Amino acid sequence: MAFIEAVMQYGFLQKALLTSVMVGIICGVIGCFIILRGMALMGDAISHAVLPGVAISYMLGVNFFFGAVISGVITAIAIGFVSQNSRIKHDTSIGIMFTAAFASGIIIITMLKSSTDLYHILFGNVLAVRSSDMWITLGISLIVLGAVYLFYKELLVTSFDPTMGAAYGLPVRFIHYFLMTLLTMVTVASLQTVGIVLVVAMLITPAAAAYLLTERLWVMIFLASGIGVISSITGLYFSFTYNLASGATIVISSTAIFILVFLFSPKHGLIWKTLKVKKKRASLV
Amino acid sequence: MKDPAISIQDLHVSYFGNEAVKGVSLSVDTGNLVGIIGPNGAGKSTFLKAMLNLIPKDKGAVKVLGRPITEVRKSIAYVPQRNDIDWDFPITVLDAVLIGTYPHLKLFRRPKKKDKEWAKECLQRVGMQELSKRQIGELSGGQQQRVFLARALAQKADLFFLDEPFVGVDVSSEETIVNILKELCRQGKTVIVVHHDLSKANDYFNQLILLNKELISFGTVEEVFKPEVISKAYQGQFTFMKEIGVTL
Ligand SMILES: Nc1ncnc2c1ncn2[C@@H]1O[C@H](COP(=O)(O)OP(=O)(O)OP(=O)(O)O)[C@@H](O)[C@H]1O
Ligand SMILES: [Mg+2]
Repeated sequence: MAFIEAVMQYGFLQKALLTSVMVGIICGVIGCFIILRGMALMGDAISHAVLPGVAISYMLGVNFFFGAVISGVITAIAIGFVSQNSRIKHDTSIGIMFTAAFASGIIIITMLKSSTDLYHILFGNVLAVRSSDMWITLGISLIVLGAVYLFYKELLVTSFDPTMGAAYGLPVRFIHYFLMTLLTMVTVASLQTVGIVLVVAMLITPAAAAYLLTERLWVMIFLASGIGVISSITGLYFSFTYNLASGATIVISSTAIFILVFLFSPKHGLIWKTLKVKKKRASLV
Repeated sequence: MKDPAISIQDLHVSYFGNEAVKGVSLSVDTGNLVGIIGPNGAGKSTFLKAMLNLIPKDKGAVKVLGRPITEVRKSIAYVPQRNDIDWDFPITVLDAVLIGTYPHLKLFRRPKKKDKEWAKECLQRVGMQELSKRQIGELSGGQQQRVFLARALAQKADLFFLDEPFVGVDVSSEETIVNILKELCRQGKTVIVVHHDLSKANDYFNQLILLNKELISFGTVEEVFKPEVISKAYQGQFTFMKEIGVTL
C-alpha cells in the first residue's frame, strides 16, 4: 500500500500518525466520562473556549498549551458560577460563556492578522505537526492516562452517583474541575489533528459507539480509545491519499464506525433489537 | 461515658427562606433502630441531608460519634429517597454494590477478590444474587432499591441513614431487610430510617422521631406511638387518624 510506504518514508507522516493515534486514545478515554456525565455540550464549549488562550499565547510567543489550558479552565469555572448563582440553566450558561470566549479569540486573532493560523487552529492540519507538538501531545497523553488510571474509582463514583460520593467525603466539585482540566488538555492536544471545531466529535462519537457495546465502564473506555485510534488512522489515510482536510476525514471515519455500531451492536443495535422484538411477537401469534 | 451516635443541637434548615426544619435537638445512642416519621413535606429528608451536611444548614451543631461529620464520613452509609442517577450507566448490579467498598479503599487501590466476595454476600443478603450480572437499569424499581441497600451494607458502616428504603419493595423482601437492620443494631450499629408506613412503625423500630418541621416527639416507640402524640404531627388528617387509631 502506498500509504504504508509513505509512512515508512516520510518523517512528517510518522509524526502525524503518532500524534493522531495518541489523540484518538485520549479523546476516547475522556470522552467516556464526558458523555456519561451528560456533558457533551461542555466538551464542545471547552474546545471553543481555548481559542483566546491560544491566540494570546501566539501573541506573547509562548507555547499555546499554557494559554489554552488557562482560558479553558476559566471558562469552565465561569459556566459553573453563572449556573449555580442564578436560575440560568447549565446548558444556557454554557452557550453564553463559550461563544463569548470564542468571539474574543476571533477578535484577537484578527488583530494579529494571521488568518492562516486561524484556519489551522479551527480545522486542524495534522500533516503539519511539528516535533514539539508531538512531544506535548505525548506529555498530555501520559498525564491524562495516568490520572484516569490512578483516580478511576473516584471518577467512576462521581460520574455514577455523585450523592454517594459526597456522602462518603469525596470532593465532588473539585473532581469536576479536575476533569475539566483534563478535558482542556485533551482539547489542546487535538487542536493540531482535528481542530477546535471538530474536537467534540472525537470526544463523543467514539465514546458513544463504545457505550452501545458494553455494560462495563472500563471496557467502554478501552473500546472508545480503540475506535478513536481506528478513526485516526483511517482518517489520516484518506486525508493523505485524497488530499482532504485531516480533521474532517478523521471525524467522518468515527461517524461511520458509530453508524455501524448503532445498527449492529449485539445488545443495543437497532437491527438486533428490532429482530428480537419481531421474533417474540411472531411466536405469540 | 460513650459518645452518643448522633447528637443534634438546635438544627435549622431552610430553602431560600422557607423553613423546613425548625430547631431540632436530640441525641441518639448507638445500637438503636430509629424511625423518622411525619407527614409529606415534614422535612424528614431535609433533616437527614442536613445531618449529613449534604445541604447547608442555617444554624445548629451536629456531632456523629462525638466528632464532626466531616471526620467520620467513611463510617456512614446513606441511601437517599430518590436516586437521581443515570439508570443507563454502564455498570452491572454487582459492580454497583462493589462501589460500597470504595470508601474504605486507599487512594489508588482497586477492590480485591475479597471485596468482590463481600459485595456478592451483601447482594445475597437482600436476595438479589441471581441478578448480579444485569445492567442496573434492567431491574424493577423494588429490585433497584434492594441493590442500593446491598451497597449500603457493603460499606460496613457504623451508622446507616436510609430515606424511605422500603418504597416499592415487596413484603417478603421488606421483612428480610428489616431483619438485617435489626441484626446490625444488635452488633452495635445505629440505623436511622425515614419511614412513612405508620402501621409497621411499632414492629420495626425501638425509637421514633416524630417530625413536622419542629420536633414533635422523640423517644421510645411506646412513648411516641400514641394517638394524641401522632395527631399533633398529622393535624387535620382525621380519616387517616381513624385508620391508624384502629391499629394503635
Ligand atoms: N430542593 C428544594 N427546594 C425548595 N424547597 C424544598 C426542596 N426540597 C424540599 N423542599 C421543601 O422543604 C419541605 C420539606 O421537604 P422534605 O423533602 O424534607 O420533606 P419529607 O418529610 O421528606 O417529605 P416526603 O414524605 O414527601 O418525603 C417541603 O415543604 C418541601 O416543599
Ligand atoms: Mg422525603
